[in-house]
Amino acid sequence: MIGTLAIILGFQLVGEVASRALALPLPGPVVGLILLVGSCLLRPALADRIRPATMGLLQHLSLFFVPAGVGIVAHWELLRTHGMGLALAVMGSTVLAIAAGALAFTLVARWTGSEDPSALKDTSDE
Amino acid sequence: MNDALLIWSYLSEGPLLWLTATLVAYVIGDAAFRAADRQSWANPVLIAVIVLALLLWLTGTDYMTYFEGAQFVHFMLGPATVALAMPLYDNLPRVKKAAWPMLAGLLAGSGVAVLSALAIAKAFGIEGAALASLAPKSTTAPVAIGIAERIGGQPTLTAALVLVTGIFGAIIVTPLLNMLRIRDWRARGFSVGVAAHGIGTARAFQVNETAGAFSGIGMGLNAVLTAIIAPLALRLFGG
Repeated sequence: MIGTLAIILGFQLVGEVASRALALPLPGPVVGLILLVGSCLLRPALADRIRPATMGLLQHLSLFFVPAGVGIVAHWELLRTHGMGLALAVMGSTVLAIAAGALAFTLVARWTGSEDPSALKDTSDE
Repeated sequence: MNDALLIWSYLSEGPLLWLTATLVAYVIGDAAFRAADRQSWANPVLIAVIVLALLLWLTGTDYMTYFEGAQFVHFMLGPATVALAMPLYDNLPRVKKAAWPMLAGLLAGSGVAVLSALAIAKAFGIEGAALASLAPKSTTAPVAIGIAERIGGQPTLTAALVLVTGIFGAIIVTPLLNMLRIRDWRARGFSVGVAAHGIGTARAFQVNETAGAFSGIGMGLNAVLTAIIAPLALRLFGG
């Protein structure tokens, strides 16, 4: 657990330094992510070593958004003055964007023959 | 009574109280989510935020004081982003096979997210800084704030809009895509990652690991694309 955390923090650190030193458009953690995928490809043993603790961390990804989320209390007045319009813009655009993205993905998957039967949702639970 | 006040003033100055409160609020949110049979409307982030907002209001605590304790949890966003490498690595054969569908999903999802948000807000007479704050709301918070600063938005308003977008996307994605009969986990995950960043990705991981992996990729790619199209779209709407 601690070993894995040290590895992950190390990649974030290198990513952060690379992002700033090279003035990359990507944030440091994203650079760290890319470097970690590359390292796992070079040494698959690394992936097996960090998999359990890493997947445990991702199981509670939601938790890490809570402090930023509570920040909404500091902007309550601002949000209320712009009211309805912002709420409808957020909700409407999110519905449209999810629908457009998923439809475009599945249509192009069909056209290019890159469908994946092993990644289909079981419809019996709907 | 004096003792209670002394204890309170001690606790309110250290990180212990609000760090504990954040974890407890999340445990409550997660328990409610499980008790509701993992239905998407019982979003654990939303429940935890409501619990903590009420607690701050009842105790008259301001956000800065709260954040001093909660920042340790907030910090974990970085390592968690790096950790997304794991499902990405495990799903790499699938990802390579889906390059063209991902490109199409990215362009459609990202473009529609920015343009429709600006169009709806404009129809309600929203202009200027508020409009600029809205443009990057589908990207992950640190990137969205960076974009908003560059195009004349208010970073604080952007942070709030990013949060609302993520929670709403996480709640709506399952019923919406069931209605549209999208069964491909790759498409389901990717589209929610593009439209609703990390909170959508967290939701995707709760449902299916492949969906989570594709959602993480969608979030990362959209962060880059939105940085390019948000300024152009804003000019189009005269912001």
